[in-house]
Amino acid sequence: MTPELLSQSLQFALPEIILAVGALVLLMMGVFIGEKANQLISGLSIALLAVVGLLITVSTGNGEAFGGAFIVDPFARFMKVAAIAGSIFALAMSAVQGKAMQLDKIEYPVLLVISTLGMLLLISANDLIAFYLGLELMSLALYVVAAFNRDSLRSTEAGLKYFVLGALSSGMLLYGMSLVYGFTGNTGFQEIATVLSSETRGLGLVFGMVFMLAGACFKISAVPFHMWTPDVYEGAPTPVTAFFAAGPKIAAMAILIRLTSETFLPIIADWRQIIVFVAIASMALGSFAAVGQKNIKRLMAYSSIGHMGFALVGLSAGSESGVSGVALYMLIYMMMSFGTFACIMSMRRPDGTYVEEIDELAGLFARKPFMAVVLTAQMFSMAGIPPLAGFFAKYYVFLAAVEAGLFTLAVVGFLMSVVAAYYYLRIVKLMWFDEPKGEFERTPGELRFIFGISGLLITTYILYGGPIGSAADAAARSFF
Amino acid sequence: MTDWPILSTVTFLPMVGVLLLVFTRDDTDDGRQNVMIISLITTIITFLLSLVVWYGFDGTSADYQMVEQYYWLGKGISYHIGVDGLSVMFVVLATFLMPFGVLTSWKAITLHAREYMIAFLILEVLIVGVFVSMDLVLFYVFFEASLIPMFLIIGVWGGPRRIYASMKFFLYTLAGSVFMLVGILVMYAEVGTTSIPVLLAYKFSPEMQYWLFLAFFLSFAVKVPMWPFHTWLPDAHVEAPTAGSVDLAALLLKFGGYGFLRFSLPMFPLASDYFTPMILTLSVIAIIYASLVALMQTDIKKMIAYSSVAHMGYVTMAIFAVNQQGLHGAIFQMLSHGVISGALFLCVGIVYERTHTRNIGDYGGLVHRMPKYALAFLIFTMANVGLPGTSAFVGEFLATVGVFRVSVWTAFFATTGVVLSAAYMLWLYRRMIFGQAKSPLMQGLVDISFREHCIVWPLIVVTIFFGIYPAPVFDASAATVDRIVTNYHAAIQAVATAAQAAN
Repeated sequence: MTPELLSQSLQFALPEIILAVGALVLLMMGVFIGEKANQLISGLSIALLAVVGLLITVSTGNGEAFGGAFIVDPFARFMKVAAIAGSIFALAMSAVQGKAMQLDKIEYPVLLVISTLGMLLLISANDLIAFYLGLELMSLALYVVAAFNRDSLRSTEAGLKYFVLGALSSGMLLYGMSLVYGFTGNTGFQEIATVLSSETRGLGLVFGMVFMLAGACFKISAVPFHMWTPDVYEGAPTPVTAFFAAGPKIAAMAILIRLTSETFLPIIADWRQIIVFVAIASMALGSFAAVGQKNIKRLMAYSSIGHMGFALVGLSAGSESGVSGVALYMLIYMMMSFGTFACIMSMRRPDGTYVEEIDELAGLFARKPFMAVVLTAQMFSMAGIPPLAGFFAKYYVFLAAVEAGLFTLAVVGFLMSVVAAYYYLRIVKLMWFDEPKGEFERTPGELRFIFGISGLLITTYILYGGPIGSAADAAARSFF
Repeated sequence: MTDWPILSTVTFLPMVGVLLLVFTRDDTDDGRQNVMIISLITTIITFLLSLVVWYGFDGTSADYQMVEQYYWLGKGISYHIGVDGLSVMFVVLATFLMPFGVLTSWKAITLHAREYMIAFLILEVLIVGVFVSMDLVLFYVFFEASLIPMFLIIGVWGGPRRIYASMKFFLYTLAGSVFMLVGILVMYAEVGTTSIPVLLAYKFSPEMQYWLFLAFFLSFAVKVPMWPFHTWLPDAHVEAPTAGSVDLAALLLKFGGYGFLRFSLPMFPLASDYFTPMILTLSVIAIIYASLVALMQTDIKKMIAYSSVAHMGYVTMAIFAVNQQGLHGAIFQMLSHGVISGALFLCVGIVYERTHTRNIGDYGGLVHRMPKYALAFLIFTMANVGLPGTSAFVGEFLATVGVFRVSVWTAFFATTGVVLSAAYMLWLYRRMIFGQAKSPLMQGLVDISFREHCIVWPLIVVTIFFGIYPAPVFDASAATVDRIVTNYHAAIQAVATAAQAAN
């Protein structure tokens, strides 16, 4: 690599480099100052992420770096900003109530930053090896934070389960990659696409692709690779769950989009049937299985499975509007989910114990009107009722499916969204129509601020939806 | 003044009231009074502004007027509003009824009065928004968003079975509407825009029309509601608080008929023609079946709810007659039913506030204790029956004439509905107003107060005025109705000619 190429590569990867160096500096600070630096490091991590996010937003250059392993395009920028925003909110939540949840260790914010770094690398991956490295960097940090509350049986169970199943999926992914490499002779995404479009695809290659898709579907928790989700969501500390719900899913969806819309686009007929099946199965399971849930974090797990199904509806179109719809869906899902988890974190008894039973929300409107209104907006938004953001998310993915002629998929998807509306409505019903049960502790102002932001974002989407939609369109044009 | 966005102002003015209410307290009697006063003033000003819209509306033109268009979501989806002869009167109807909703809630709502009024004012925004939208996505947003406040109004402030009723209302209507959303997506994928004027000019292929018609039909049929999609309505009506019932019967049901007129007829003429026999049949079943069911009800609100189903049967029947009389009749019947059913629910609210029972068997002898109420209720009873001199007569007569020109048998069966409506309404009147009180609940009733006079008299005046002099409504809608009818028959004629030429 010539010095000019190297400096150009470093320039493209500048945000990631800043993040990596920053994470190490924060770790050092933590080691030398000790436990009392915890709050400081949390604050600095948020600042670091914010700076990197800003840097990515204002940067304009597009191109490849490090011999084509790393790519910067509008799509990568869009997804990175969404992932970073999700991480910032999750970090802010744990900074507010970290002490009560035994998350007040210096390693915690650093691990989240490293995981976010993994997401950014994954989103920009343009090569099988970069893809695998980014994914593992992200996941290894996640395994640790899932089990972070090591005195809690549920938390350690969650971490172990996530690790074992994650390792299995990584194995499948690697196996798929090796097949794809074997049958195409390339690791670069564009090169693979070129080979695929010039010759007839072999059966072994399709096998490889299926394994790779399975690995990616595991990370976004799409059916039938969803088994870990409810347990991990329930077991992990709530801020960690909020973190799982946003960034990692955005990053994994980004790589899934890159794989399907770029690398495997020439064999769309092969992967489309898989994605359509996974989408329908996820929507159905997410909708029906959530109905019987009593724990709100489990319910959110099934809800997220359903949401990934809806997002995949857009992906199955394999078109520019489809990619734009999925990118927008992930962004809006992030806005909805961090606010919902902030509300869940506010479900705390006066004696300091956290409750997760859905029934505890009964009569919330009479006790905490602001939180009830925000959570109601989240629920209606997740159900896809206009004028809230969730409606527009669904609108664009289903539009892409209809444009691609997938009418059955669209109709099934809409019917599933009606089923899903039932359990969201049940929560609204509890909050507004039922008699109050227990008392909740006063919600800390910071937490109110966080879910207030989320409420504001989803209720006013109708006002700023145009520019965001254009940004998603610009992102999608990276591929087509 | 000409550049002032008057329609947006009328649509979103209630949001100003919402903002004021957010900063009002409702935990004292004075606070509640303030909440009600703010809401009343907001709704009255909105109504006066909507009169300006009506005054400024040029009825001789079939085009959209007072159009506003701004960038919204891009890609052919814009914030695009305007009124034409179809919608201008519905805007006026919606804003006209809202102050009565506030007045009837004055004493009835004691718990969370502020939130109730916020939901109510937001609902007004959404209802007016539905009628002024010139963009399908915007229309759908308003159409569907109206479920949220209505769901809360029924669920929080409703009767004993409110939870069941509100859930059923929400899921039933949502399930219907998602098909329309699929239809909207298909149209957008085909044409590349959701601007209604552009879509009106676009010729969809016959096969596509059938599917789109069915998609829109499912949504509107649930909303109207047509038999057999009506089962959510009686539950929702019975459990909703009075103002909720008024909005539901008088305005939300009109979305369906308005949708048929706005989308189904002009955009899918061939499919409308094809499905007309089905719709006429369903309408006649609705008229006769709902009237018979109404006859046997023991709950006053449920009876009026079924009477609404029957009356909306006239509307759908008249719409698909597709001639001048039919469409004028349908529009007039919708407006008149809006006023009369709203008034009937308000009248029920007046006695319910005193007795807390809606069981017809408990009532009796109201004429002795509440003579003024008896008079007002008599007028609305007669209006609901369709007595000449009331607005309902004009609507039902024109609707039947319109259908008669298309299908004599449909008109014949529909007319039996008039007899049946006389049967159940007069019987209801006899049991409630005449005779002797059968329940201790009827003790110590006082006649209607000044506030309640303010509710019933304007409605009586409107009912009778438009019964005698309906011309203002016809003037506003004539040009638009003409155009719909002409274009509809031209489209069908064109296909028939083409088929002949092919032979």
